[in-house]
Amino acid sequence: MDADLTLDIRNLQTHFTADPGVSKAVDGVSFAVRRNETLAVVGESGSGKSVTSLSAMRLIPTPPGIIAGGEILFRGRDGQVRDLARLSERAMRSVRGNEIGMIFQEPMTSLNPVYTVGDQIGEALRYHQGLDRRAARAEALAMLKKVGIPAAERRLDEYPHQMSGGMRQRVMIAMALACRPTLLIADEPTTALDVTIQAQILDLMRRLQEETGTSILFITHNLGVVAEVAHRVVVMYAGRIVEEGDVRSLLKSPKHPYTRGLLACMPHLGQRRGDGGRLYAIPGSVPSPVNRPAGCTFAPRCALAEPACLAAEPVLEPVGPDHSARCRRWRDVQ
Amino acid sequence: MSAVTATEQPLLSVRNLEKRFPVRGGLLQRPVGWVKAVDDLSFDLNRGEVLGLVGESGSGKTTAGRSILRLIEPTGGSIRFNGQEIIGLPTAEMRAQRRRMQIVFQDPYASLDPRQRVRDVIGEALVIHNIGTRADRRDRIAALLEKVGLTADAMDRFPHEFSGGQRQRIGIARALAVEPDFIVADEPVSALDVSVQAQVVNLLGDLQRELGLAVLFIAHDLAVVRYISDRVAVMYLGRLMEIAPSDSLYERPRHPYTMALLSAAPDPDPDAPKTRMLLDGDVPSPMNPPSGCVFRTRCPFALPACAEPEARTLREVAPGHSVACIRDDVGAGMATRA
Ligand SMILES: Nc1ncnc2c1ncn2[C@@H]1O[C@H](COP(=O)(O)OP(=O)(O)OP(=O)(O)O)[C@@H](O)[C@H]1O
Ligand SMILES: Nc1ncnc2c1ncn2[C@@H]1O[C@H](COP(=O)(O)OP(=O)(O)OP(=O)(O)O)[C@@H](O)[C@H]1O
Ligand code: SF4
Ligand code: SF4
Ligand SMILES: [Mg+2]
Ligand SMILES: [Mg+2]
Repeated sequence: MDADLTLDIRNLQTHFTADPGVSKAVDGVSFAVRRNETLAVVGESGSGKSVTSLSAMRLIPTPPGIIAGGEILFRGRDGQVRDLARLSERAMRSVRGNEIGMIFQEPMTSLNPVYTVGDQIGEALRYHQGLDRRAARAEALAMLKKVGIPAAERRLDEYPHQMSGGMRQRVMIAMALACRPTLLIADEPTTALDVTIQAQILDLMRRLQEETGTSILFITHNLGVVAEVAHRVVVMYAGRIVEEGDVRSLLKSPKHPYTRGLLACMPHLGQRRGDGGRLYAIPGSVPSPVNRPAGCTFAPRCALAEPACLAAEPVLEPVGPDHSARCRRWRDVQ
Repeated sequence: MSAVTATEQPLLSVRNLEKRFPVRGGLLQRPVGWVKAVDDLSFDLNRGEVLGLVGESGSGKTTAGRSILRLIEPTGGSIRFNGQEIIGLPTAEMRAQRRRMQIVFQDPYASLDPRQRVRDVIGEALVIHNIGTRADRRDRIAALLEKVGLTADAMDRFPHEFSGGQRQRIGIARALAVEPDFIVADEPVSALDVSVQAQVVNLLGDLQRELGLAVLFIAHDLAVVRYISDRVAVMYLGRLMEIAPSDSLYERPRHPYTMALLSAAPDPDPDAPKTRMLLDGDVPSPMNPPSGCVFRTRCPFALPACAEPEARTLREVAPGHSVACIRDDVGAGMATRA
């Protein structure tokens, strides 16, 4: 794998046993995250974003789930590349929360309600970095200050429930970054927050990345957030990547009808109320992961679909520098 | 509203609406204080008009919407609907009014009874209000389902057999069954994916125009709110900060909180002007709101005078545009999005 890559996922297959059949939640996904880079994964509910990130951390519940194929190549702090898909659970434990930090949508589900935030941040430092109690506490305090928590000395001894949603998310970030991971995986980290708090958290993540150079895999369904944080973007639809590119060209000139549709669906802030006007809407809904259509999975909802689209699945082909799309008719997408 | 003339009486007039909740604590769960979830809220809504309501989580939007329908009992103020005061109205008379006012909820999953067939979900209100014979009702339900973009055979199915967007359509059909003049739509599209959100926003817009509905549209997404609303109201900690015609509010916001909200809204256009106005800190506890202007602990423009009671006054700064801020000199520096 290239020397400037932190994570290189190749042809990942993550499946769940369903009744009846198999749900191919992630069905042949490949992408890479470079050093110093934020890669956003976007897509609608059920497209496989969380299953992708959980696979990378090997947190897929088995059964019913299984990583059925592919490689998850990760470069550790020591420069060595390992395939996380095949790592033992024991070895994985020294990767999670140490070399790979994680932030989830709901901080309350990942923070332990019965420990103070200082103890929780310190715990990771003691376990992974072998710090003693005092050193861990001092480091936890420094992290709380770094993520902008006011009165950090006092907050150190507080419990998660004593904090607001925005503050808990800051604590999560402090915890995720405490061991100086090379990769941070953030799954919808601001979705549950108000826009003014979201803006604070995104700003914080940007600043910390500039400072630490951590690679970020940022999962979101919000294209506005993508424009705020990402360098590159992967668009998922029904367990597959349908478009990938640098954030500018992807948002400015999307080449897959689905990405184009997602952007067209959203009214923008400068858009006045058009009497009688209508928003563009993508007809239909996402196909079931157990029973996907043959050929292009987007065909049943696509205005550009032609018979050839149903015959075989299009390949992800280059459509510009650092930009590719999985559509036979990408040249016709305006 | 200055536009309201004697012939054009507003459909809904809310004055000084207040809803306090007791906060309980300790072993005995005694009241230890109060939250003023809605405090001194006043506005008018005309027939066929859409008023958007935005504000941070916990600012009192849902409480306001439910108090206006008396789904929860307000603790003060006045609500005139169709010219009649509805606070304190006895049950029988309230029922007659309730037929004219309905609600659509945020969560299409939680707001429908899973054991009821769609036919009964929608028909329940018709039965309660004694509308039509059995056969009439069936036809009416079929027509409603078609109006919201479903087919009549949906009638015999259960809510779990539908997608989120379809369930929200069922929720809308249920609200429209009794032919209301006014609906409160409490985050009707927040739980939906953007592609489905657009379908439901279009549907709501079409129905609103076609039926001349007045709507209180509560949402987080400022772009969606602008798209659907004639006017927009902004709440913070239970109080109204600003209310104005949509274009006026989005292009010439006058309240620092509105400016902060607009500048924080993420925009998918990488070339959109990024004038960030990052607010410090968090929303204060609603049990213990700041004196004077409730926004002052986070306001970058706060002055000592903002702590005085006068800073709470809502004043009209342009036709139909009112703002609760003592300063007139903060709007100029803010880039707006026209
Ligand atoms: N534990 C599980 N058991 C069975 N199926 C699962 C499980 N977790 C996820 N899936 C399925 O995998 C598919 C992808 O789900 P995933 O959670 O990755 O979606 P997502 O893109 O993160 O969506 P959202 O935006 O709603 O978070 C879905 O069809 C989901 O039902
Ligand atoms: N039944 C209740 N008992 C006590 N407090 C309540 C109750 N309902 C709401 N509150 C409080 O009233 C305030 C306003 O809540 P409300 O749900 O109206 O806010 P909202 O603006 O709708 O927020 P969101 O955007 O999160 O839906 C909050 O502080 C909330 O905790
Ligand atoms: S391959 Fe065909 S059906 Fe698929 S997105 Fe492109 S045009 Fe549409
Ligand atoms: S009254 Fe004062 S504190 Fe309140 S918004 Fe205006 S300037 Fe800010
Ligand atoms: Mg997810
Ligand atoms: Mg609410």
